[in-house]
Amino acid sequence: MAGTQNGAREAVIVGVAELPLQDGMLLKPMSPLQAQARVAHAALKDCGIAMSEVDGLLTAGMWGLPGAGMLPTVTLGEYLGIVPRFMDGTNIGGSAFEAHVGHAASAIEAGKCEVALITYGSVQKSDRSRNLAGRPAGLTMQFEAPWGLPTPVGGYAIAAMRHMHEFGTTSEQLAEIAVATRAWASLNPAAMFRDPISIADVLASPMISDPLHLLDSCLVTDGAGALVMTTAEHARSLRVRPVYVRGHGESQTHWTVATMPDAARLIPAEVSGRDAMAMAGIGLDAIDVVQIYDSFTITVLLTLEALGFCRRGEGGAFVSGQRTAPGGPFPMNTSGGGLSYCHPGMLGIFLLIEAVRQLRGECGARQVAGAKVALVHGTGGTLSSGATCILSNH
Amino acid sequence: MYDKPLPIVDPDTAPYWQAAKEHRLLVKRCLDCGKAHFYPRELCPYCHCDAVEWLQAKGTGTIYSFTVARRPAGPAFKPDTPYVVAIIDLDEGARMMTNIVGCPPDSVRIGQRVEVAYEDVNADISLPKFRPA
Repeated sequence: MAGTQNGAREAVIVGVAELPLQDGMLLKPMSPLQAQARVAHAALKDCGIAMSEVDGLLTAGMWGLPGAGMLPTVTLGEYLGIVPRFMDGTNIGGSAFEAHVGHAASAIEAGKCEVALITYGSVQKSDRSRNLAGRPAGLTMQFEAPWGLPTPVGGYAIAAMRHMHEFGTTSEQLAEIAVATRAWASLNPAAMFRDPISIADVLASPMISDPLHLLDSCLVTDGAGALVMTTAEHARSLRVRPVYVRGHGESQTHWTVATMPDAARLIPAEVSGRDAMAMAGIGLDAIDVVQIYDSFTITVLLTLEALGFCRRGEGGAFVSGQRTAPGGPFPMNTSGGGLSYCHPGMLGIFLLIEAVRQLRGECGARQVAGAKVALVHGTGGTLSSGATCILSNH
Repeated sequence: MYDKPLPIVDPDTAPYWQAAKEHRLLVKRCLDCGKAHFYPRELCPYCHCDAVEWLQAKGTGTIYSFTVARRPAGPAFKPDTPYVVAIIDLDEGARMMTNIVGCPPDSVRIGQRVEVAYEDVNADISLPKFRPA
């Protein structure tokens, strides 16, 4: 269990790093392993821990399939030249890294490892490997792939259509999220798109999969990120400001879209959020800044409702009037998120990195003043999985 | 030459696709809790009982939700754009993904009644699509 009662073995995040991008691409061509090695090196340097001290290794990705990527922690550990005693290759989509933080925290607190390294790396934009095609039509996907659902946007579009039907949610309300997120991106020099946009711009952008427009959708970029975790006791010997993992939770429901229990309701986030908040022992009113996976605008709306920031069906009203924008009462996705900063296939690790930086007070123009507690929620697959972390700087 | 994804039939699903070839729509029903489910499984996903049977559905249902794909799911679907991908609540209670055909994409609505219309895509596979009832 996390929390102050755990004493010296309490898990903390001490190092973060991401590789810089130009026009959504790494500054020079790299393989996914090369990118992860470089970003791991940077995250370890961030906290002053040597690679040789890493004894926990966690990663998820879609690289090297079939082949080296089939056993990703084994391939990555081999490449880095380390022999971990705790490994976790949990892949539940873009939320995997929020789950990894929970798993690493549990492992550190149980004494299964001292220093955990979590990495992600993708060169999907550089190698032009991304399109809207579905997955091979085997096993469960034989009941989805033949129908030509644009993947992943189509599944999110089906959820948005149902939410609009049940609750009267509008395209303008979804656009509020894209506009507010772009406003945060305008404050982040690393963001791919920084020019302000309006609700009218979102509605005028090309329709991709009704009712989701291009500007309701995340970017397609490269990206590499890494986190380093250790014990609070170890952190005291480092020149860092540790970020405590106060609570974590995870869940999943479906991967085939037709099997989603309720297309207008995000059950994985309900479960993971409830568990994370109970573990942290705080209420939602104690959260100063939130990072919510924004693969699409509807993802954010459903997550806000599922986590309990507003009631079911009231997400549209909650985000209206630019409430989540800089200066608004609900600072959200302060890096510019997947909609405007970067989205290298899996965004989850970048949400965590931004939350850590906010809690360290390193965010410059986009810093949320006095941020002490952050909620990070990842969503993976097609609204399939969810994992929540509650982080604090005290 | 049909170049869109075709189901990779396996022992679990062979009876379903054999029936589809004969233009019969099968779902599975649990003999214990009585609920129908789709896609067909070895155990009931609701009560986890192993007594499940094939049930021939009437082939009628209601649109639960849908999207109009303005961009294709890969090059093979490009000639079809815009096209409708929908989730249907069959009258037996199971829910499945399909395409809505035989009407303008912009006329499709949640709650609309639909009926099955098979597309024989090759000698072995017929896809159950739906059209307005």
